[in-house]
Amino acid sequence: MKKLNRRSFLKGGLAGGAAIAAVGTSKQALAGTHNFGGYPDSMGVLVDLTKCVGCRTCEAACNKEQNLPEPDKSFDDPSVFEERREGGLPRRTTEKAYTVVQKYDVPGREHPLFRKVQCNHCNEPACLTSCFVNAYKKTPEGAVIYDKTVCVGCRTCMVACPFYIPAYSYSSPTNPVIKKCIMCYDTRLKFGRPPACVEACPQEVMTFGKRKDLLKLAHQRISDKPDAYVDHVYGENEVGGTAWMYLSDVPFDKIGYDTHLGTQPIISYVKEFLGMVPMVLTIWPALFTGFHLLSNRKDAAKNEENKS
Amino acid sequence: MGGRKKTLLGMAALMLLTAPLAAQSWAAEGPGTVELGSLANYYSAVTFDHAMHTGVAASCAECHHHTTGLAPTDPNCARCHKAGDKANSVACKSCHSDKRFSAEDLAKIEGNPQLHHKGKLGLKGAYHQKCLGCHTAMGGPTGCQDCHTRNDKGDAIFHSGKYAPAPGASDGHGGGH
Repeated sequence: MKKLNRRSFLKGGLAGGAAIAAVGTSKQALAGTHNFGGYPDSMGVLVDLTKCVGCRTCEAACNKEQNLPEPDKSFDDPSVFEERREGGLPRRTTEKAYTVVQKYDVPGREHPLFRKVQCNHCNEPACLTSCFVNAYKKTPEGAVIYDKTVCVGCRTCMVACPFYIPAYSYSSPTNPVIKKCIMCYDTRLKFGRPPACVEACPQEVMTFGKRKDLLKLAHQRISDKPDAYVDHVYGENEVGGTAWMYLSDVPFDKIGYDTHLGTQPIISYVKEFLGMVPMVLTIWPALFTGFHLLSNRKDAAKNEENKS
Repeated sequence: MGGRKKTLLGMAALMLLTAPLAAQSWAAEGPGTVELGSLANYYSAVTFDHAMHTGVAASCAECHHHTTGLAPTDPNCARCHKAGDKANSVACKSCHSDKRFSAEDLAKIEGNPQLHHKGKLGLKGAYHQKCLGCHTAMGGPTGCQDCHTRNDKGDAIFHSGKYAPAPGASDGHGGGH
């Protein structure tokens, strides 16, 4: 029998490593050409920022539908638009507000531009990828929901989200959990109804429908009125596509949208590494235990012989 | 004899020429005021002064598109409705659905691949985009309560009026669950 020495063991290790690398590259090649792209009949919302008048009815409707706590200020108080947090940034989503409207004074634009912020419900959500207790789920209807009973409050999803959406119940000292928009999944979406904000909006800023239909509608709107919009549907391809998509008459980077997120889902940057984790944790111990046993079998047998 | 014929012909020509004018004067004879209340929930109904607005609008088509039989003002609409397509009813709600994103309405749109007006606004969106769009452009009133007063239910959802949060009541840590 061939003796397994240190050299042959290392050779074997190298061959194994090459095999892993080969699998890794083929996965990478796949990722470049093929994305999940979302469930085929998932729903979405097309937000036409040119129509928003900043009335905050969506915020009020969200507060009621989600049974959120009383707001600090009335929903008809426009002073919230001037509030600034660290870094001079406008309001963001919090545990008390799953959606907020921001105001942007754009030079050269006759009126301020209002932008509604909430979870974009990614096709391949980074929050879901990052969650180690699997609290998150992307439903076939299109919503990214989460199970707060399993959330351990680690806040990894807050770091992972490219849109800075998940908020945290810092007010709860005993059981702080993640809080975010669920597209009214529990009360509306799963019954085929639009989210509360969509239905409440007086201006029909938001169009609810199948994501694939909304994309056609978005491009039709741009081609019907090319002077009224920039030729970009934000969310069509960003981070692999999102259920909520936006039309604007102002370039998106001028109104707080991150235009450098790329078109790959966040998971594609980490899936090779994450794909190796189970292998390292399950196959490697068994493999190396096997190597160990093989290399020691002769010695063990010799020991037995010596004993007898 | 010949002279009389000529006169008749002339009268007919005159009538044909003035026909569009007659159509416009008919439009101005629309209702004086219209009560827009079918969607009223958080606000009172709007008492719309139709007579006043017909005096302000350049054409009925500004609001009624092609349905009064006049040429639409939007060049995109004119691609098909150039000559104006008179509809049986010119009421907004005859075309703009009051349950825009309901499963039935969405199924109706999806079930008709030939449908051009796939993104047609619902009734609430049509009212507000048309009214506010024009009011903004022409300097008309644009506040919510300039057109309809908010009711008690509306004050409650907006946490305003007697439902307003007490000043300083929240220190920003009022969340919890």
